[in-house]
Amino acid sequence: MVSVKPIILWTDALLGLLILSGLVFAWFVRRRRDLRAPWQRVVQSKSGMAALVILCLFLGIGLLDSIHFRPALQTVRSGNRVYGVEVLSLLDVAVGPLRQRPEKTYSAPLATHLYAKETLELADGRQARSYPRLVFGGAHLTNPEKEKAADIAFSVLGGLGLAVLLWSLAGSFWLWFLARRHQVKVTTWFGLVFRGQTLVPWNFALLTGLALLLLGVPAVLLSAKYHVLGTDKVGQDVLYLALKSIRTGLVIGTLTTLVLLPLAVLLGIMAGYFRGWIDDVIQYIYTTLNSIPSVLLIAAAVLMTQVYMDTHPGLFETINARADFRLLFLCLILGMTSWTGLCRLLRGEALKLREMEYIQAAQAFGVSHFRIILRHILPNVMHIVLIAMVMDFSGLVLAEAVLSYVGVGVDPSMISFGTMINSARMEMAREPMVWWSLAAAFSFMFLLVLSANLFADAVRDAFDPRVQVRSWGVRFFRMRPSEMGKEERS
Amino acid sequence: MLNYLIRRILYAIPILIGVNLVTFVLFFMVNTPDDMARIHLGVKRVTPQAIAKWKAERGYDKPLLFNKTAPGLSTVTETIFFEKSVKLFVFNFGRADDGRDIAYEIKNRMGPSLAIALPVFLVGLLWTISFALMMVFFRSTYLDVWGVVLCVGMMSISSLFYIIGGQYLLSKLWNLVPISGYGDGPVALKFLILPILVGVISGMGAGARWYRTIFLEEIGKDYVRTARAKGLSELRVLFKHVLQNALIPILTGAVVVIPLLFMGSLITESFFGIPGLGSYTIEAISAQDFAVVRAMVFLGSVLYIFGLILTDFSYTLVDPRIRLE
Repeated sequence: MVSVKPIILWTDALLGLLILSGLVFAWFVRRRRDLRAPWQRVVQSKSGMAALVILCLFLGIGLLDSIHFRPALQTVRSGNRVYGVEVLSLLDVAVGPLRQRPEKTYSAPLATHLYAKETLELADGRQARSYPRLVFGGAHLTNPEKEKAADIAFSVLGGLGLAVLLWSLAGSFWLWFLARRHQVKVTTWFGLVFRGQTLVPWNFALLTGLALLLLGVPAVLLSAKYHVLGTDKVGQDVLYLALKSIRTGLVIGTLTTLVLLPLAVLLGIMAGYFRGWIDDVIQYIYTTLNSIPSVLLIAAAVLMTQVYMDTHPGLFETINARADFRLLFLCLILGMTSWTGLCRLLRGEALKLREMEYIQAAQAFGVSHFRIILRHILPNVMHIVLIAMVMDFSGLVLAEAVLSYVGVGVDPSMISFGTMINSARMEMAREPMVWWSLAAAFSFMFLLVLSANLFADAVRDAFDPRVQVRSWGVRFFRMRPSEMGKEERS
Repeated sequence: MLNYLIRRILYAIPILIGVNLVTFVLFFMVNTPDDMARIHLGVKRVTPQAIAKWKAERGYDKPLLFNKTAPGLSTVTETIFFEKSVKLFVFNFGRADDGRDIAYEIKNRMGPSLAIALPVFLVGLLWTISFALMMVFFRSTYLDVWGVVLCVGMMSISSLFYIIGGQYLLSKLWNLVPISGYGDGPVALKFLILPILVGVISGMGAGARWYRTIFLEEIGKDYVRTARAKGLSELRVLFKHVLQNALIPILTGAVVVIPLLFMGSLITESFFGIPGLGSYTIEAISAQDFAVVRAMVFLGSVLYIFGLILTDFSYTLVDPRIRLE
């Protein structure tokens, strides 16, 4: 039996905490009709539903990749086990073959031969320069030139067939389950879904699922024999890299909000509710932070951590722990730079709310400030907080790539969209061009960000159609600090 | 007006002091100059002498905040805090790690940065506003719907993709413009076209969508109905009345960045090899040249605060009801 030593990295723990609090929140919302209503509107939007399905897939991959352990090494003689320095995740196990079949260097998607020429020894002892066969990609073919096309076509067709089969099975089961729950006759329910007459657009959810399966199943089948998206400079499978990048993006998008929320909510409400010198101090703090170009503040802070980590190498047991620490710190500093926008918004809202009759009544009854904030103000600004959370997510995922390019993003040893793009960028000038790493990173990122954007739009529309919400996330492309609110006009 | 200006400038001082304190804590307290010296000289086999020499060359060999050995006023002035942070207030940036004068570099590199950032800003603003007005003009038609879809799609694409894609398409495939580089005078034009194009396109998605929501909000107001009732054409209503009234939120977002245009864009400049302030900053970050990063942080905050003041003045230009007192 393979024994493992579970490892809980910092980001794993925090991600788990986030999921847990999300579940608690969901349970809380489920029981209350007034809170449930806007969420029902979210899933009733077609694009929101489709985006939700894709996001769930990404989340699933990210969560699988967040359960880490160190496998035991083989040599166990004295009784105490020795664990490998390599930290693996459940995803690594699930896609095992992808991880364990490195080639020598670049190879194109679905290639059977290496990208670069090498000197090969022919059967008769002479030497010739040509493209060597890949060690794993298409290794089962004896004559790749002739057999490859048929083999791939066969796999793709089989994959598409399997995808449709899986989809109809899972889809029918799901619809049957829903029909039972709604106490509708199954055939009637099928008809309703098919014609798009259900309140929740299940037909869109099913179509999105079908699209994902049609893409995914052939890719899975092919990846058993080929490198579907090619290999990178050190011969690692690009599909594997892209899958691993998802977690990094998710961590940055979510944990940053975890840092940002308490700061923004607490300070924003306090500034608006108490006014006076508290307001002055908080406004001073956020104007100061805002006036520092965010990229530079991040760069400065990350450089400082780098120096700290270099001077204290003993703190980190494995490379992963080190990279994880830097990721966590990046989230922290991203949160520190991007809470100001939300804070200003909440301050304005609290300023308005404190003049409301029900709050004045509460004050007249002698309810403590703490209770007023907790019971009356916080629930009434929650929609703004929620919208901010979902809208910031996509901006943060995009920001990670840019920051990694600048060299102040995640640790170079951590797989992320940014590091993928950064290492592939150098190969632009090659002839023929190595395009697959870039293409994979960009399309995975596009899918993630697009679905996050669509979902955020659905959430915004559902929670408050009137609230003017600008994507007040950090804008990294140009060094533009977030815009000043109108209330600062004096 | 003058009163207001003076008050705003006075208000800027504590903010700049705050910025300075933040950078000072980040650069000198979290990690001491000794740590930095060790990183620069390589962690292993660093002799104390080498560290002392490195610090002395760069003026880091003084106490942080308070110099007990120096006489009189120089207990405060002969410190790292005074030498490195306070002097920034008079725009004395000191020297970079390679010994070059930072102020001189900034002066030289502002031009190329502006040559890209200014056209991107102006063309981008004009184009996104017109695109947004177009969507609003055709609101609730397929043109509007697809416009929004296009915007959301473009928002979701990484800015790096626009740059890499643009370089590949225009420079490599079609050979229209050079991939990167910069020249002085009219030669610069051929180097500038691609970065400007990329800058405008990559900012379009988010911008056009944002302006569209502003315009849509305005269009529901009473004065628009009055204008239509007067018999004005929809185009006139949009471009005259709605645009003018929507200028305040537009200016709030746009004017504050005008001074920051001097700082250039990190990514664009480093991809296209333009010797501006953006690529200067990137080089400093990758070489861990903290003197330059500190100077840029300070410069950025000064320009930002200047932008805020500028924004307030721009309000008075477009809305006669607003007076600065």
